[in-house]
Amino acid sequence: MALVEAIGVRKSFGHTEVLKGIDMEVERGEVVCLLGPSGAGKSTFLRCVNHLETIDAGRIWVDGVPVGFRASGGKLHELRERDAAHQRRDVGMVFQRFNLFPHRTALENIMEGPVQVLGRRKAEVGAEALALLERVGLAEKASAYPGQLSGGQQQRVAIARALAMKPKLMLFDEPTSALDPELVGEVLDVMTSLARDGMTMIVVTHEIGFARSVADRVVFLVDGAVVESGTPSDVLDDPQQPRTRQFLAKVL
Amino acid sequence: MASDTRMNDVREELVVVPLRHPWRWVSGTVIVLLLAALGWAMSEAQIQWEDVPGFFTHPVMFEGLLNTIVLALAAQGGAIVLGVVVALMRLSANPVARWFAVGYIWLFRGLPVLLQILIWFNLALVFQNISIPGLFSVPTNLVMTTFVAALLGLGLNESAYMAEIVRAGLSSVDEGQTEAAKSIGMTPMTTLRRVVLPQAMRVIIPPTGNNFINMIKGTSMASVIAFTELVHAANNISSRNLEIMETLFAAAAWYLVMVSIASIGQHYLERAYGPR
Repeated sequence: MALVEAIGVRKSFGHTEVLKGIDMEVERGEVVCLLGPSGAGKSTFLRCVNHLETIDAGRIWVDGVPVGFRASGGKLHELRERDAAHQRRDVGMVFQRFNLFPHRTALENIMEGPVQVLGRRKAEVGAEALALLERVGLAEKASAYPGQLSGGQQQRVAIARALAMKPKLMLFDEPTSALDPELVGEVLDVMTSLARDGMTMIVVTHEIGFARSVADRVVFLVDGAVVESGTPSDVLDDPQQPRTRQFLAKVL
Repeated sequence: MASDTRMNDVREELVVVPLRHPWRWVSGTVIVLLLAALGWAMSEAQIQWEDVPGFFTHPVMFEGLLNTIVLALAAQGGAIVLGVVVALMRLSANPVARWFAVGYIWLFRGLPVLLQILIWFNLALVFQNISIPGLFSVPTNLVMTTFVAALLGLGLNESAYMAEIVRAGLSSVDEGQTEAAKSIGMTPMTTLRRVVLPQAMRVIIPPTGNNFINMIKGTSMASVIAFTELVHAANNISSRNLEIMETLFAAAAWYLVMVSIASIGQHYLERAYGPR
């Protein structure tokens, strides 16, 4: 069974339907890049996978568990926010605007989840958090506050913060879109090494180069629907759909 | 080239004349003169200055001081707790809670504190007993002491202001912070306690400090229902010796001491929660 299974996912904001029945499967260890013009619903879909948005129709399963619901007695019961929080422990998310906690140091940001959510002891979490900082190349920034870090550094801390929960799945919502061009590389490098280590990842991005070199599969969305999907070389080098060709002609 | 060198020579010879500020001298002198006049008037006034320190440390004054401090702290403390609750109701998804919060703020912010104190103090005129039928019943007069009436009047009014301050603070925290907290599996309560409130404090503390300073002075209104806070204590002393201004000045000094301490405390609190 795939780690992520989405079937007929629909979502409207007011009268605007932003997801018009999305089907998607992501296997364990797979890296999937969502591409498409802005307003296509890529970010919204990603947020639905983590239950940051509720869905109006369809179903999303992560590791066999229906997102936002509890299956019992042949019915799906909508979860209270507290129980939904419990589900999110296994899914890491990285945001476009980093969203680090500004009142805590880099190290404290990373420790916050394991200590406050999992109730683990600070001493043992601290060593892990330092190792994570080292992994994203920021060991010397442990006691820096987010305001003292560059955008690229903040985003790498944010990745470490998500990893501290030992997630089964990582969601990246345009992780390099808010960065100065010269800082994009350092974040993509961390993501690439994460992919090499076998992390399952869904990445909303405009970095075609990253999708080409790292993704196992590329999914192209337009107007809330999947237009084309396949290996990077199929979709990026030999697109079958006119909308895909149009988009790639603009960004490449 | 030659002309350049000559220009430089000329430039070096120029003497700089700083801008003069004659009006600063004039206005400064006027202020000093006015202050001197005030000082002179005070020294000529018919005040027994030498009696003021005695009233400052008078046992009755100390009793009033203690009551003022207890009342101010209790009213402000209660107001902060109630304010957080009402602010959360105001931001709640439950429309009934939201409308209740709006009505609560409208009522308790809309009435003068003095009027509210008087209403609570006279509650026994309309409700002789406070009771939950079948559970308990007590005479209102017994419960509604001058302290309780003042506490309710000051505290409920302040809680309406605190609700708005807390709401502004909570709303000032970026939505992305809540989402980040959610994404690492935090429950709503933990998110509020660990992520939102600490950041909201930066917005909440300065107006709360101002309000607390107002609260210290506002306790003087409890003197109208004969609660022995500072002003009432001063009146008690002067009713015996008729040194009205001397006792009032002694009370005034205590207010300034308390407000100064509160201001210093606020300064350190702001620094503790300040930007990193």
